Amino acid sequence: MKDIQCQINGIEVRVPEGTSIYHAAKEANVQIPALCYHPDLPAWAACGICVTKIEGSPKMMRACATTVQPGMKVITHDSELHQVRKTVIELILSTHPNSCLTCPRNQNCELQRLAAEFGIREIPYEMNVPTIEKDESTPSIVLDPEKCVKCGRCVNVCQHMQNVWALEFIGRGDDTQMKPAGDIALNETPCIKCGQCSAHCPVGAIYEKDDTREVIRALRNGTQTSVAQVAPAVRVSLGEAFGYEPGEISTGKLYAALRRLGFDTVFDTNFAADLTIMEEASEFVKRFAKGDGKLPMITTCCPSWVDYMEKYYPETIPNFSTAKSPQMMMGAMVKSYYAEQIGKRPDEIFHVSIMPCTSKKYEITRDEHMYSTGHKDVDVVITTRELARMIKSAGIKFSELEDEEADPALGIYSGAGTIFGATGGVMEAALRSAYNFITGDNMARVEFEPVRGLEGVKEAAVDIEGTEVRVAVAHQMGNASEVMNRIKAAEEAGEEPPWHFIEIMACRGGCIGGGGQPYGATDEVRKKRMAGLYSDDQQSVTRVSHENPQIQAIYKNFLGEPLGEKSHQYLHTHYTARKLYQR
Amino acid sequence: MAYNQYILVCGGTACMSSKAEDIYCNLLDELDAAGVRQDVQVVKTGCFGFCEKGPIVKVLPDEAFYVEVKPEDAKELVAEHVVKGRAVDRLLYREADSKENAKIDDISFYQKQVRVVLRNCGFINPESIEEYIARDGYAALEQVLTEMSGDDVIAELEKSGLRGRGGAGFPTFKKWSFTKQVEGGQKYVVCNADEGDPGAYMDRSILEGDPHNVLEAMAIAGYTVGADSGYIYIRAEYPLAIRRLQKAIEDATEMGLLGDNILGTDFSFSVEIRLGAGAFVCGEETALLASIEGERGMPRPRPPFPAVKGLWDQPTVINNVETWANIPVIITKGGDWFAKIGNGASKGTKVFALTGKIRNSGLVEVPMGTPLRDIVYNVGGGIPDGKAFKAVQTGGPSGGVITADYIDVPIDFEHLQELGSIMGSGGMIVMDEDDCMLDVAKFYLEFTVEESCGKCAPCRVGGRKLHTILDKISKGQGKPEHLDQIAEIGLSMQRASLCGLGQTAPNPALSVIRYFRDEIEAHITEQQCPAGVCKDLVQYFILPDKCIGCTLCARRCPVNVISGERKQVHEIDQSGCIKCGECYEACKFGAVARR
Repeated sequence: MKDIQCQINGIEVRVPEGTSIYHAAKEANVQIPALCYHPDLPAWAACGICVTKIEGSPKMMRACATTVQPGMKVITHDSELHQVRKTVIELILSTHPNSCLTCPRNQNCELQRLAAEFGIREIPYEMNVPTIEKDESTPSIVLDPEKCVKCGRCVNVCQHMQNVWALEFIGRGDDTQMKPAGDIALNETPCIKCGQCSAHCPVGAIYEKDDTREVIRALRNGTQTSVAQVAPAVRVSLGEAFGYEPGEISTGKLYAALRRLGFDTVFDTNFAADLTIMEEASEFVKRFAKGDGKLPMITTCCPSWVDYMEKYYPETIPNFSTAKSPQMMMGAMVKSYYAEQIGKRPDEIFHVSIMPCTSKKYEITRDEHMYSTGHKDVDVVITTRELARMIKSAGIKFSELEDEEADPALGIYSGAGTIFGATGGVMEAALRSAYNFITGDNMARVEFEPVRGLEGVKEAAVDIEGTEVRVAVAHQMGNASEVMNRIKAAEEAGEEPPWHFIEIMACRGGCIGGGGQPYGATDEVRKKRMAGLYSDDQQSVTRVSHENPQIQAIYKNFLGEPLGEKSHQYLHTHYTARKLYQR
Repeated sequence: MAYNQYILVCGGTACMSSKAEDIYCNLLDELDAAGVRQDVQVVKTGCFGFCEKGPIVKVLPDEAFYVEVKPEDAKELVAEHVVKGRAVDRLLYREADSKENAKIDDISFYQKQVRVVLRNCGFINPESIEEYIARDGYAALEQVLTEMSGDDVIAELEKSGLRGRGGAGFPTFKKWSFTKQVEGGQKYVVCNADEGDPGAYMDRSILEGDPHNVLEAMAIAGYTVGADSGYIYIRAEYPLAIRRLQKAIEDATEMGLLGDNILGTDFSFSVEIRLGAGAFVCGEETALLASIEGERGMPRPRPPFPAVKGLWDQPTVINNVETWANIPVIITKGGDWFAKIGNGASKGTKVFALTGKIRNSGLVEVPMGTPLRDIVYNVGGGIPDGKAFKAVQTGGPSGGVITADYIDVPIDFEHLQELGSIMGSGGMIVMDEDDCMLDVAKFYLEFTVEESCGKCAPCRVGGRKLHTILDKISKGQGKPEHLDQIAEIGLSMQRASLCGLGQTAPNPALSVIRYFRDEIEAHITEQQCPAGVCKDLVQYFILPDKCIGCTLCARRCPVNVISGERKQVHEIDQSGCIKCGECYEACKFGAVARR
């Protein structure tokens, strides 16, 4: 693409053709204020705050939606623009509850920041805040429409990024609301609980359901042994809440912080990811090499994807790996294997997961298989954002913490386990082990770049002893249909499936871009978080799941063999077709 | 077969709702009964424009103009006029101050009008393609297909100076050439028939009275820019127009004037109708396109303009009904002919829906540049009941007012803009001394607040706040700083709203503050509504020296708050008065005063 030259406030800048004024201004070190714009989404052009002036045009043009032209001269700031923007912000504030102190987005709110930057001290217009009940029907997210600023991000994320269509624009004029159509609760819609709406909401109108209170209560009670597990993606993002760069690995401090909070035992979901690979890679080998089971096999680590599949593609249930997600495998092992080791009953253990994900809150009660130990295998899930709040409120100086290790029983992990947090990671990890299971040798080079990166659908082929294994990886729910439709078309045409093995994750970038991660995820941030995980992999002593000594131990001491009887009891599940609309 | 006489019955929506259909059927029955059916052709036409006097029946060649006709008048019309050759005097139109019956050509309502767009409305049966063809219909399309290139058409449009009639007045030839310039690929032609201004019905009347005119124009555009498919987006509240359009499409397709290989050439063009649910914002072109695509009708940022990236992201020519209706005649008579009509940079004519405090309300078509005075006093016949002219609102909810000081302003794009109003699609509402300008601005804001799609903050919130402020002022709760706030909010709406609806929504409020500041300030500082409209600021009371105690006001009062003995001075209990004005209207002695 060719570059074009234009002027921002008299400063010459060169940007690629098609660049918006908003982004071109950054080249001149100018930040144009905006509320509705988000780099993940096409410019929606709703808020009207990013207006700018273009020489020769009588109108003010939105910086987010206007592309620069050669020779264009743009004024981004002057007194009239300031006046117009300030009035628009005041107008928005006049419809927004003045309840910053008790808002989940306090100090982290894009509207609050604008109000502060524009020095708004009073709202000159009559306040007109609607009274609308919250929707707390899902276990994952809360809709608080009173706080909604109608930026449209959640609807556009839900419909266009995720292709879920749980949220809609309802009503018009100042009655406009973003909520499920047909006056039904979110839980009755096709919502997959991915929480991307909450991650994109600029204010406190959609947020994760806060479960910290329950965790704090359990830790305080002290009657149960408290056990934490930490998902791969958390270690490269939690630091952002404490001033670290995205992608900086803070695993050691994370373990330490959890112990300071009062957890008796700290395990790592990465270990369970290795366990998942043992089961899933074995399952793939069974289907692929032995012809026992349907191909392509599709991964099921992502509960939002599982929910989506059960609603939108129930006919592919036989293609789904029956292996549980790492979180649920860990839950089952904590309350069986580990409980046995420390001589406790499952109900004497309180198990908390720290996840980058709002959907994991839903997963723990999704069906009876999530109670494989006779109790809730995982008691509570809190997101990265919730953990950050707990650490702050406990007065823990995160950056000053000495690195600690996880408890070894279920805390040692391979590099294959840690890359689960990035799109393509499960596939890469599974291929590393599947290759070994088929050939008896490890791959000469364990890195498998074609499945890495932010491209929506990635395809690749691996040669395993002369047989080609074709794989596909999709992330961001809206990209799944491309893969699923091609499978369907091949099946209808009576052709061989286009791939043998497929990984799908609901969130852009995989779990590192999860709906429960610290705010502000953009592709730039996602790439950094992914790079963090790949560097964690590179630094690992063991790079393949089957060589994790604790994995070998758990099969020797407890599980027997992959896909064995005990595995089936604890580590595998079933799927059910679900109605798109529950009502 | 030659007919001796033609009876034209207005078949526009307004006359139809006053039983024009029954008049038409009764006329046929009576002609049958009288045994003269074969001598007379009865035609149900489009709107005559003179809606004030509908239903209207014209008899040609006698030039008889019957007004306010009822179905039962059919018998007399046939027995007297047709059979005996004697006009039915009591039904003939008379000018307001005249005792003479007026011939069609002498009616002042029509005299200053020039009918270009409406040339067929009221003359032909809109459901007959043959009648359209008989009046040079589809001649322009034939000419274009056989003799002209796309560039020739655009050159002709450029010569004509035609500008969009939907509101902003963008040169039509430019729009078309932008779309034409895009190389290859699927392109579309769209007719915007989502007429939504309160009181406006120009587009409806054109589609009801001359649907082929629009179809022909769309086909010409298709040929010119390289599009093979067109959509007419029309609101579902226009069932008659929809039915006639549907029939017109079918007839034209059957005759090879639409569809594949039109007139035996390589050019193919088809038209489909899309019904709108009546949202005002869908008249905004990008919202309209979104609606056709099946999306929620919300505007999209421009640029890219639809001419380059429109329907389903393809280059799309989108014009308003009235703009389309100008195209065929520009081709047949030439751009130079068209450019001779009009004023300055505003060429041709403009159709207005003239309503409000005016004698002859109706649909009028005048050359651009016609002085407002001519429209109000000649065409419109002036203000009824001897009241004083106060202002005219043009451009509907997006426009502003023109005051008596500017009554001689030529009505064209430039002059209206200078005065802070706009041409808009052609609503023209006349107000007299009894109208409160604050109330007028409040009415329009109520409309735009209701019709805002809710997408952009300046329009969604700003409109509501403006309305709230005006409402407070109308209730006597206004504060001097409110006028500054209106200016502030107005500026933000104009500059930061996404589409024309929001950008122009503050215009009525800003316009009345500009021209009637004293009147608005009276509401704030003196708590008075000079026109006596704002209920919270008005009091009705009885003048003791004029009241003769006739009791009429007390009997009319719906809430029984007027007391007084017969032949004694009456009194109104202010605490219970709902300010309906019934007493004021009822009193024959001028004893009820309003303040």
